Amino acid sequence: MFVFIIRRVLQTIPVLLGVSLVVFLIMQMVPGDPATLLAGEGATKETIESLRHELGLDRPILYQYVDYVLHAVQGDFGESLRSSRPVLDEIMVRLPITLELALASIFITVVLGMIAGIISATKQYSAADISIMIVALLGISLPSFWLGLMLIYFFSVNLHLFPVSGWGTFSHMILPAITLGAGGAAIVARMTRSSMLEVVRQDYIRTARAKGLKEYIIIYKHGLKNALIPVITVVGLQFGALLGGTVLTESVFAINGLGRLIVDAIRTRDLPMVQGGVLIASVIFVFMNLAVDVLYRYFNKRIDLN
Amino acid sequence: MKPEVVINNTELNVKERKSPKLRHWKAFYKKFKRNKLALVGGYIVLFYILLAIFAPLISPQDPYEIDLVNKLQPPSAEHLMGTDDKGRDILSRLLYGTRLSLTVGFVSVFFGAFIGILLGLAAGYYGKWIDTVIMRIVDVLLAFPGILLALAIISALGPSLINVMVAVGVFSIPMFARIVRGSTLSVRKLEYIDAIRALGATDFTIICKHIFPNILSPVIVQATLRLATAILSAAGLSFLGLGAQPPSPEWGAMLSSGRDYLFSAPHIALFPGIAISTLVLGFNIFGDGLRDALDPRMKK
Repeated sequence: MFVFIIRRVLQTIPVLLGVSLVVFLIMQMVPGDPATLLAGEGATKETIESLRHELGLDRPILYQYVDYVLHAVQGDFGESLRSSRPVLDEIMVRLPITLELALASIFITVVLGMIAGIISATKQYSAADISIMIVALLGISLPSFWLGLMLIYFFSVNLHLFPVSGWGTFSHMILPAITLGAGGAAIVARMTRSSMLEVVRQDYIRTARAKGLKEYIIIYKHGLKNALIPVITVVGLQFGALLGGTVLTESVFAINGLGRLIVDAIRTRDLPMVQGGVLIASVIFVFMNLAVDVLYRYFNKRIDLN
Repeated sequence: MKPEVVINNTELNVKERKSPKLRHWKAFYKKFKRNKLALVGGYIVLFYILLAIFAPLISPQDPYEIDLVNKLQPPSAEHLMGTDDKGRDILSRLLYGTRLSLTVGFVSVFFGAFIGILLGLAAGYYGKWIDTVIMRIVDVLLAFPGILLALAIISALGPSLINVMVAVGVFSIPMFARIVRGSTLSVRKLEYIDAIRALGATDFTIICKHIFPNILSPVIVQATLRLATAILSAAGLSFLGLGAQPPSPEWGAMLSSGRDYLFSAPHIALFPGIAISTLVLGFNIFGDGLRDALDPRMKK
């Protein structure tokens, strides 16, 4: 297991370098000269040239990339063009909020999705099964930002049960977490159902039944543990979708998280902030995938070490 | 007598050569027809395509015509879905918006599929270092969570609907590349490919005439399912103000303008959301049905 973890950690290094390269190259596509932009209107040619030299923009692109990575590794993502504060400082203020939102949503995704999937599988073709699968199909198709607006309309505007926007208390968390987690819950429900149905047809489940074990022991002790393996992968992939989805959810509920920071930065052309925000969110996702792989290995010992 | 027999045999051979393909499509059609839910999905998609084509004929009003006297009107006989903050007829805007959503979906998926297929074919067919390089690039593109890669691209190119198509297209490339590579690898190993190569066929002929037609099923399925994702992503980006710009009747942008009036005129946000959801639902269940009929192995 230890060798597996070390190997997986080493495998993430080229991916992280690749992610940083893609982000760096995308920012090179920005039209216009950054030095001219930074120098502002009316700057002399000499000022622009000296700024270009100072920023290292007159060096070959490969040097610029290596320089960017070396600084990024030390947590230096440059300064925000809007606030002139270090990018990392701004991100670190917003990141905990986004992570809280993502974790609350993943909780909804896993708990709601698995319960619905288990009910569906154990009562195949019943009214409950069909209803759950219809809701799941709808859940996959609803735009999260629309679901969020409708939840605000019904539960905040009409019923006054939850706050319309903001972040800080438990009641602030509920609607955004449902908004962000609903799509994932639908996918997990479908996956748990098909995985459970496959498992309950296995010989060892038939043997457990023949031994006279109680149905809930068969389902939870023998069935669910084995059905969980593919579900873990789906949940892991969902974390990525959730992290990206926070951008929309935070915008709907006016939550000052990392997603909203990135969108605001795009609007104001604060490119160092966009670069830093996208890179940090992607690095978190890469490490999340690593954690999922380790969990997968833990649950399924047969996985090939390579 | 002899030539007749030869002619008969030739006819028989032609039939035999045609039959596997025909049989495959007939079996697919039979299987697909049995899946009522998939048919419903197909009808939903067809319905929206017809709406997009005939939007100018069936729209009750000009989607861009501002009528500030009648702004924020709830649904009525004159405006079946009410009016927006500028007094424009929401139904007419939704009908024209169908064109935008479908165009964005089809163009971005075609763009993503085209590049993804080329990369997947090259990786799967040539293998070795070409495969390694392409698949590492794919891994890197997959390492971006959700729509963040699309956001980064838009931040560089600037907000517009065309840039949304590019961004969503790039976001689709790795999915297609992975699927095509896997399918190409399995077809490449088949004996008849070796036989064709032994007969002197070039790589280009083998890829275009013998591999590509055999990997089409998973590509069609993936493209249909990606259409749903592409439409959702594009609407999301427009919702954030990074895609279609006012006064474009794009569904995501319409929803975005509706959120400011959630208290006084919730219908502005309601109808575009229903339109996006039903179209995406249509593509999802149609794609599921295609997958079950064309390539049941993908179900897992």
